[in-house]
Amino acid sequence: MIVVIDYGMGNPGSFLNMAKKVGVAACASSDPALLREASALVLPGVGSFDAGIHQLRRLGLVDLLGERVLGEKVPILGVCLGMQLFTASSEEGSERGLGWFDAETRRFDATRHPKLKVPHMGWNLLEPAGPHWLFDQLPPQPRFYFVHSYYVSARRQDEVIGTTVHGDVFTSVIARENIVGVQFHPEKSHKFGIRLLSNFFARSLSASAQAPREDEPGCLTHASTARP
Amino acid sequence: MLRRRAIPVLLISGLGLYKSQKFGDRRYVGDPLNAIHLFNEMEVDELIVLDIDASRQACEPNYELIEHMASQCFMPLCYGGGISQLEQARKVFSLGVEKVSLNQALHAHAGLITSLADTFGSQSIVASIDVRHGLLGRAGVYDHLQRKNLKPSPKDLAVRAQALGAGEILLNSVERDGTMHGFDLPMIEAVAAAVEIPVVACGGAGKLADFAQALDAGASAVAAGSMFVFKGKHRAVLINYPSPEQLAPIFDTEGPSC
Repeated sequence: MIVVIDYGMGNPGSFLNMAKKVGVAACASSDPALLREASALVLPGVGSFDAGIHQLRRLGLVDLLGERVLGEKVPILGVCLGMQLFTASSEEGSERGLGWFDAETRRFDATRHPKLKVPHMGWNLLEPAGPHWLFDQLPPQPRFYFVHSYYVSARRQDEVIGTTVHGDVFTSVIARENIVGVQFHPEKSHKFGIRLLSNFFARSLSASAQAPREDEPGCLTHASTARP
Repeated sequence: MLRRRAIPVLLISGLGLYKSQKFGDRRYVGDPLNAIHLFNEMEVDELIVLDIDASRQACEPNYELIEHMASQCFMPLCYGGGISQLEQARKVFSLGVEKVSLNQALHAHAGLITSLADTFGSQSIVASIDVRHGLLGRAGVYDHLQRKNLKPSPKDLAVRAQALGAGEILLNSVERDGTMHGFDLPMIEAVAAAVEIPVVACGGAGKLADFAQALDAGASAVAAGSMFVFKGKHRAVLINYPSPEQLAPIFDTEGPSC
């Protein structure tokens, strides 16, 4: 079961709609017992950084997420604010993030580009840094829907697996082992979003069906269970 | 590069889909769920759904209908109508809606915009401003509940909405609504130049060339009602949306939004 973390900040409904569309069992919950059993997690996000961390703390999920994701290596997909919460801090607030990546969340600098509109809102291209199972069967430059004023600034280039241009190039997909973060909204990006989420779901379900093993790009044992 | 957006605007009242002219003269055009299903198939950039009677009737948003609509939308959905409290917006977001549009709140309780932006982020808060010209030709902000123009100019209200925390302006022209005679370009230009946040131009679109003009005037996105629900001079109801090939020459160019 995939659990979409419902922490009062996100849009879990959109992910459930998408999971239904691709034929994957999913539910939205903040119940620690359910999160403990999840085979994969989605951390969505519509909201501000501090409010997001406060909600996770209030629900007692910060340590639990750490145990499951860092300890047990349960696959997790962070979307938009969810991705930003994986970083150590944000210029949007004063709270500490989850700190899973050596990265921080910064605001788009409109002073560097006078005509830059912030928030970055609309359809933009994803430029994969290289092959990755998340991008299987996507065209070379798929289009995704973005809505955000802040972006993840990562220190480790090997964790940046996709970029997008808005004024400057910024990290739109970050990943390390079982942790994936995307700045755009795959749940709202038509066929490209359906494909990317299918890839994540398929990978997660295949990972939970067998013992953990070394990363093999493109390996989708159970891809047929999650086609669009 | 950010692609600019073409957004169908659907007006709902009760469970029906309507199209107005100049904010009056409503015509029933069908079932909103059916329209949304079709727009989803056409892979529209985004969708705006406005409940045009919720505020007037002091109703809460129709959550059941919103949930049904959101479940059909694999693209961004903005909902407006009847949101006067933070918890209402929270519920709307939880159903699978990305943005909420606020119109009355701008006049009646501006603090709500700020508390929504603080909680959910500016990018999910749209300030909807209705523009109507007065007898002397001066552009004013029209309050559809009081049916009169308010004090601030549209430009000043847009600047204030941005300062309050709105992440986008939905700029509607009352006089051009449903006419399909083209956008209010000077108004788009004035407002887009005054704010940093994206401006969505709405009211008057009748053809693709109108979109190009609005984008040239500074809009980050264009919205239309009649153009996407009617076809032909007799306005037969037909849900339609330009193909990617038709949109590309207008929307894929580097513009003021980038």
